[in-house]
Amino acid sequence: MDITMIYYLVPALIMFCCGVYGFITRRNMIAMLISLELMLNAVDINFVVFNRYLFPGQMEGMFFTLFAIAIAAAETAISIAIIINVYRSVKNVKVDDLTEMKN
Amino acid sequence: MEVTIPVLILAIPLLMFFLLGLLGKYMSHKLAGILGTAGMGITLLLAYFTAFTYFFSGAPDFVDAQTGQRLQYIVFNQDWLAFYNNLVIRIGFLLDPISALMLVVITTISFMVHLYSNGYMRDHHGVYERGFQRFYAFLSLFSFSMLGLVVATNIFQMYIFWELVGASSYLLIGFYYTKPSAVSASKKAFIVTRFADLGFLIGILILSFYTGTFNFTEFTSAAVGESGNLFAVNEATAQGISNIFATSAAPMFMGASVLTWALVLIFMGGMGKSAMLPLHIWLPDAMEGPTPVSALIHAATMVVAGVYLVARLFPLYLMSTAALDIITVVGALTAFYAAMVACVQIDIKRVLAFSTISQIAFMMVSLGVARPEFHEGLGYMASMFHMFTHAMFKALLFLCAGAIIHAVGSNDYTEMHGLRKHMPVTHITFLIGCLAIAGIIPFSGFFSKDEILSACMGNSWLAYLWMSLVAGMTAFYMFRLYYLIFWWKEHKIHAGHHAPHDQAWTMTLPLVILAAVTCVAGFIPFGNLVSWNGEPYDFMAHFDWSIAAVSLIVALVGIGLATVMYRKENPMPAKMRNALPALWNWCFHRFYWDELYMFITHKIIFNGICKPIAWFDRRIIDGSMDGLAYISNKASWAIRGLQSGNVQTYVWIYLLGALLLGAITAICVI
Repeated sequence: MDITMIYYLVPALIMFCCGVYGFITRRNMIAMLISLELMLNAVDINFVVFNRYLFPGQMEGMFFTLFAIAIAAAETAISIAIIINVYRSVKNVKVDDLTEMKN
Repeated sequence: MEVTIPVLILAIPLLMFFLLGLLGKYMSHKLAGILGTAGMGITLLLAYFTAFTYFFSGAPDFVDAQTGQRLQYIVFNQDWLAFYNNLVIRIGFLLDPISALMLVVITTISFMVHLYSNGYMRDHHGVYERGFQRFYAFLSLFSFSMLGLVVATNIFQMYIFWELVGASSYLLIGFYYTKPSAVSASKKAFIVTRFADLGFLIGILILSFYTGTFNFTEFTSAAVGESGNLFAVNEATAQGISNIFATSAAPMFMGASVLTWALVLIFMGGMGKSAMLPLHIWLPDAMEGPTPVSALIHAATMVVAGVYLVARLFPLYLMSTAALDIITVVGALTAFYAAMVACVQIDIKRVLAFSTISQIAFMMVSLGVARPEFHEGLGYMASMFHMFTHAMFKALLFLCAGAIIHAVGSNDYTEMHGLRKHMPVTHITFLIGCLAIAGIIPFSGFFSKDEILSACMGNSWLAYLWMSLVAGMTAFYMFRLYYLIFWWKEHKIHAGHHAPHDQAWTMTLPLVILAAVTCVAGFIPFGNLVSWNGEPYDFMAHFDWSIAAVSLIVALVGIGLATVMYRKENPMPAKMRNALPALWNWCFHRFYWDELYMFITHKIIFNGICKPIAWFDRRIIDGSMDGLAYISNKASWAIRGLQSGNVQTYVWIYLLGALLLGAITAICVI
């Protein structure tokens, strides 16, 4: 059995949709961050798959994915720092309750 | 002539104003008084020196060696505002007979008033009034402005200083700013004269538009040496004016030429300042100011500015006899009206105020009837002569009134009566002033008033008879005032008050000096100094003894009537009042002019014009702006829910949008 592109793309799509669903429905900031990472990783998979199947002799997609992983790591570190600081000041990480700057 | 002295004449009062105004509160009252008086004293000496040099040095700048005609001499003329080449406003110093005359008058009266105020602006215990330094600062400002006005080389400079005297008059009338009546009087004076000045400004603009110049010398004389007569209208200007008015496109407006309109509008400014009917209403109220101020501003100097203005532009007025006729009529009506009102007033300063209005009207009439063909322009000379003598004796009368008010503590003659024994110096000087204004020989008023009557005679019988009647009334009301203050009955001294007495030397000395001037001023050969064309004028040659005798008799009749009615307490005045109650009421209420103005402003202008405008402003202009603000406010509230700040909502909407776009794309592709 040949493993074609679709075998990779469908799980990536499911991952992405899970990420979107989680991002929209979850109120916990940590959970939202996890959902965000899920979406990002789904996109990374797409990059790699497209590179592997469509342009076998080239490496751009692979390297782009490496960069994306590195940036996602940095981004996550910042997000976690912000979330921890928010937690310290308001003892809460629920987005609905973070309304101090409104009005 | 050196430039220094004329500059100093203007600079010293201005300097005093800044010195006393800015540093006054750091110096003692006494020092401020002495400084102000000394400054004015120096100005007085410099002005005398300038005037005497002008009149008597015989220098070729000042007098034509061949004809003996006096010339107009510009001491300096500095560019001040240069808009472009031919529109330059200059500040300068013009010496001619009338400006030299006014220099003498202003500095003399101003110095007397400065000296007098040292005594007047204190209470009986010698404690200085609040704002004493401010008072001297304002007096200096007024002196500066008035001097600047009379020496103006161009009509715009005159206008600037004209407004400055108005402003300083406003400040001085409202000197007792804690008194509501003084505040409203100052506002009234300012608003009424401003209204008149609107006409003046329009007149200036019309005149300068057609003649292309602001300068008096260009209005009234050609370049030195070209024209024989420096006081006649400049030939080029005259030609220009007559060309403009002779062409078919001659601007006529409502049946009068533009020149007449310009001159009448300029005269309107003079009517405001000189309190001519119907713009006289501010002057009686201006008596709310301190009495020395009334003497200086509202009797001797500022109020004759209107007369001075007409005299300054007299050659132009000669080109439009219609304007001169208007001046005559306005003056004659005002003189009669003010004399009527003065006959029944109770407040002695009000009597003097109305007498001032009446006397200024005499000067106006005298200018109005002056024509070169009658007695060589006698009216012009008579008007200036009367301006001089009137300044002296009216300032004297006001300063006497101030001394009396200071001694008695009231403005009403009902509180006075029988003061002659208590205040002998004031009594004698006041009597001299009354004799002068009534026109009794040999006091100065006789000579000047007699010449005015001669000039009226030269114009028409009607003017002569009318003004003679007013002259008789003048004698009557002045002596009524005199008897009611100094005779009538014994002075009643209220319990706890000491008897009134003559005031300190600072107050009596000016009275004595002015009385002395009043006694001798009539013998000044005035015609040699001032005449309409600058040529010496021998008025003894034109002196008409029959007119003099008639006017003397008229004055004596007036005095006699006053003596019979008011010398001793008797029921005759009350009887006359009851015989003609309507006439008495009209006179007492000044013919209801103030009420008429109140009716026009409050009922007609406020209700008919101001209220609709205010409604338009509030409802339409403000309303449209308020409506815009209201609409954007409401719209903002309506859409504010979209910007919730909730990222998940944004993502949800974004996702839906993306899916929708994807669906549309898919449909289109398929």
